[in-house]
Amino acid sequence: MLAQRAMLNIALGRFEGKSRKVAQASFVYCLLIGLGFLFAMPLVWLVSTSLKSNEQVGTWPPVWIPYPFVWQNYFVAWTSGRFGLYFFNTTFITVLATIGQVLTASMAAFGFARLRFPGRELLFAVLLATMMLPFVVTMIPTFILFKNLGWLDSFKPLIVPHYFGGGAFFIFLLRQFFKTLPTEIFEQATIDGASNYRAYYQILLPLSKPALSTVAIFGFLQHWNDFLAPLIYLNSPEKFTLALGLRQFIQRTEVRYQEMMAMALLMTIPVLLVFFFFQQYFIRGVVMSGIKG
Amino acid sequence: MSQDALPAADEEVRYHSPSRPRGVWASPIRRREALDGYVFILPWFLGLLIFILGPFLAGFYYSLTEYDSLLPPNWLGVENYRRILFDDDRFWLTVYNTVWYVLAAVIPQVILGLLLAILLNQKARGITVFRTVFFMPSIVPIVASVSLFIFILHDRFGLLNETLYGVFGIVGPNWLTSPDWSKPSLVLWSMWGIGGGMIIYLAGLQGIPETLYEAAAIDGAGALRCFWKITIPLISPTILFVVIMGIIGSFQIFTPVFLLGSANYGMAAAGPMDSLLFWVVYIYNQGFFYFRMGYASAIAWLLFILLVVLTLIQFRLAGRWVYYEDEAAIR
Repeated sequence: MLAQRAMLNIALGRFEGKSRKVAQASFVYCLLIGLGFLFAMPLVWLVSTSLKSNEQVGTWPPVWIPYPFVWQNYFVAWTSGRFGLYFFNTTFITVLATIGQVLTASMAAFGFARLRFPGRELLFAVLLATMMLPFVVTMIPTFILFKNLGWLDSFKPLIVPHYFGGGAFFIFLLRQFFKTLPTEIFEQATIDGASNYRAYYQILLPLSKPALSTVAIFGFLQHWNDFLAPLIYLNSPEKFTLALGLRQFIQRTEVRYQEMMAMALLMTIPVLLVFFFFQQYFIRGVVMSGIKG
Repeated sequence: MSQDALPAADEEVRYHSPSRPRGVWASPIRRREALDGYVFILPWFLGLLIFILGPFLAGFYYSLTEYDSLLPPNWLGVENYRRILFDDDRFWLTVYNTVWYVLAAVIPQVILGLLLAILLNQKARGITVFRTVFFMPSIVPIVASVSLFIFILHDRFGLLNETLYGVFGIVGPNWLTSPDWSKPSLVLWSMWGIGGGMIIYLAGLQGIPETLYEAAAIDGAGALRCFWKITIPLISPTILFVVIMGIIGSFQIFTPVFLLGSANYGMAAAGPMDSLLFWVVYIYNQGFFYFRMGYASAIAWLLFILLVVLTLIQFRLAGRWVYYEDEAAIR
């Protein structure tokens, strides 16, 4: 009873002075560690299972540190699941699509941020409106369009559309950034006789590396993780991406969980690497997306 | 080259008077700038026509036809909509399932996400490590995280049911194979990714000036009072953003539902007893499994109309509870 009352008091911050500070800090740490454990556990379990032998999977008490490490799971799953091929396909699509996004989104954003032309405000309002458009409304007609072009079961539907503006959200994000660059640099360039095209690739692009990196990272995540578009457009197994390859593991009648976890981890590792190396760009992107609200 | 090389009139138009549309074509420099502007936005504009506006209108046309994507569309008028709304029980099951999930997933996203962000906004040692721990699950590829949850939620070998039995002596439910538990499983999965919303809140919280709390503390306001009178009003635009994006996103959830639903039930199935038949899954099944493109387009348009109405209602309601600082300054 007393302990409960104490907890309640701490939770409501009903302590004075130093004891209150200490109580608050320890309460915060208890919560953080408890919740942090819950959130970290699935990933730890993923890593641990991917290194287990068949006998150690699904036992009680759970084995957290497998002994010995069964690295073989990775090799077996990699070869039996043709993951080398899927890895290549996914990288190919991701790289080409992301380049298109960064290129054309930065072009459009430069137009909207720096150049004045009749109808600019109206077109920008249209761009903002398309951000709210649910993708399902255009999904089926777009599929029919690519079918009529004879592009089904190729990478084209997964790459080519991204060379047409790269997504309203990215244009918006880059435009916000371009607006913060000092006008004087561009004015000086114009006075010195540089065309707008030169201003774009010799001044704007080098100055905007942080914002462009943010777009590139979000683009990478989008294509690397995409499931629906490859599911709709790719039929032949030799064209599958990692997402589709991993799904084949889920659907096997005899699931070997340690191998499934090994492949899930292999698909996740590039994402985590990008996250750890470019953490500040992640946060920046999220902060900028929050501006919309 | 010096500045007086430019004609004075152009100087005037370029930098001081943006509101002279006629002048655009009169001056060669303004004309140049406008033409360049069109060139720069051209890829986006073509994309808008080809991949957004065109399909958007084509989808509405298809929704009024019978169309299998092989033979030309056959005009039906509003027949598809009539059939969906009045003759299709599976559609109403879809609505039920989707709304169930939206309510069960968005409310924790909004409330727990905010509480978590407040917790992570404390000035504690090692807080960035904790932020990383909570944010990381939200960037794990969906197919990978669903694979992981399929394993964790396994009826017998799953970590969750093993722990429930081994520690608490409770026989856990059949998470993925029982129609009553498949949607809660999905909610559980979505809770793991709550860090995405948390980080948006965190950005909002860090924009609140510290001085407000200091002033409130001097005036004798407690922690709870500060929360209701400072934190909530100042973060309300972010809450609105998370609510709107959460609702739009949850109504359109596809990948995890489809993966969980087709894990043991084949391509077109949607979980045990259709309990994972969600709006976009139903569109996918009708369109890409049964090749009823017209019918599927009509279901998609109904979702579009619903989302537009819901978003408008939220903006309307927002006037009552969302606080914008600039507005307050005007008053």
